[in-house]
Amino acid sequence: MMNSAVITPSSQAKIGLDVEALRAQFPALQQNINGKPLVYLDNAATTQKPLAVIETVDQFYRHDNANIHRGVHTLSGRATDLYEAARERVRLSLNGGHTDEIVFVRGVTEAINLVASSFGQSLKAGDEIVISALEHHANIVPWHLLRERIGIVIKVIPVTPIGEIDLSTLPGLITARTRLIAVNHVSNALGTINPVQEICRIAREHDIPTLIDGAQGLPHGPVDVQAIGCDFYALSGHKAFGPSGIGALYARRPWLGKLPPYHGGGDMIETVSFETITYAPPPAKFEAGTPNIEGAIGLGAALTWLAELDHAALAAHEAALLAAATESLGAIPGLKIIGQARHKAPVVSFVLDGIHPHDVGTLLDAQGIAVRTGQHCAMPILQQLGVASGTVRASFCFYNTFDEVEALARAVHRAQTMLS
Amino acid sequence: MANPQAAIAELIEEFAFFDDWTDRYQYIIDMGKQLPAFPPEKQDDAHKFHGCQSQVWFDYAWQDNHLKLQGTSDATIVKGLIALLFRVYNNQTALDILATDTDFLDQLGLKTHLSANRATGLVGMIQKIRVIAADAAGH
Repeated sequence: MMNSAVITPSSQAKIGLDVEALRAQFPALQQNINGKPLVYLDNAATTQKPLAVIETVDQFYRHDNANIHRGVHTLSGRATDLYEAARERVRLSLNGGHTDEIVFVRGVTEAINLVASSFGQSLKAGDEIVISALEHHANIVPWHLLRERIGIVIKVIPVTPIGEIDLSTLPGLITARTRLIAVNHVSNALGTINPVQEICRIAREHDIPTLIDGAQGLPHGPVDVQAIGCDFYALSGHKAFGPSGIGALYARRPWLGKLPPYHGGGDMIETVSFETITYAPPPAKFEAGTPNIEGAIGLGAALTWLAELDHAALAAHEAALLAAATESLGAIPGLKIIGQARHKAPVVSFVLDGIHPHDVGTLLDAQGIAVRTGQHCAMPILQQLGVASGTVRASFCFYNTFDEVEALARAVHRAQTMLS
Repeated sequence: MANPQAAIAELIEEFAFFDDWTDRYQYIIDMGKQLPAFPPEKQDDAHKFHGCQSQVWFDYAWQDNHLKLQGTSDATIVKGLIALLFRVYNNQTALDILATDTDFLDQLGLKTHLSANRATGLVGMIQKIRVIAADAAGH
């Protein structure tokens, strides 16, 4: 059993979390890459999958596979029950108020496009959307599309040099034309944990709806959409131990009832003739066509698995990994950590003086270490911080170890020596 | 001067000498360090080779029917890979270049070890060199 304990980076022995037992549940972590044990530090791109998820999807294909919602046969009934149970699981994990507030989508990108498209239909030229300078392209480009289509104005909350949203500027950005505030929960590029609760509180004072990009939020701790006070919350399965190509959009009642559909097709209508149409009630109204059934069920399994872990212990371990990595990497001369917000998820983005991030990534891979290099789909913030050619990003998960932090630091040092 | 096929055989032999990819990359990096300096005034848009994630500049000339290649990159490993390509193609005749098998990146194991973007960039450079050779050969 796991129990939570106070830990410091140097006191691995005192950790109450059995990391090895956790790792044993992830088959993909048990392999060598280029002759070295895999050190997987690209968790902000996608997490590895536990047996609980792999076996659930396997079981579905072997025993329960059928299309949902429209069959009278037993398998279809079973598949439908599993799919709808996964929806309830998502609600539970987000602490949503009602199961019908959860729409299954392909991931955060589709969730935000859905809101931009459906919510966007009520917008007029000159209406304003507020985002932050810290956003992933998934929460920038859909608004650009809307800007090009109907002439909305995109306003940007600035970010400080250490990578924190400058909240003091938000009230000044809000005008009578502000229609939505959309920010990420946790920055994928820098790891900054944003004050989403405070942002939503300010928005509510002005009666402005809010959308939270939760791609990096859910993997690092329980999310409570009611406590955050947002209108929309988007998540991706692959970043939270579930399959790729599945995610969810939480939309507080009565949004889904009010918004027009996003896609048209089967399963989202009540009656169709060539003259008239009536839509199914939400969430079906937003799930046209056969959805990613096994993906949703896999996501449900991931969230169930996650819910059974000791969150305080996981958070303490991740905080200790972040502290250890910040210390070990920070000690390398010529290495600069990009993004030093006070509240961070376990992400360390860095550059080495005079060395191309891709070269570092290649040499780390040769040593069995998987990191992400480049601009992390967040060009604006990297440009602002003066690292337009990108960073090396090591993103940790609770299944990572302190030995892996040390392996990273050693490998970075070796890469630096080779490339200097 | 060895012909391209002989240069490839030599590279394969040299690569086999190393136990792991870290050492192979060290070797590639060292090759890049021996690349003649690329004139800074040519590091402009006109000489940029597009299709790479890092910046690559490239120029060529024909001298006595032999292709003279110049190039560099802002990324150290890419510079080394350019040097590797030049070992095969620099100072060669158009006909020798066109007669060379292009799958040597596979044989060296580079296609599986490089990121997809870098491998694509490298293949793009080989194609560019072959187009230059085909033009010169009147194909």
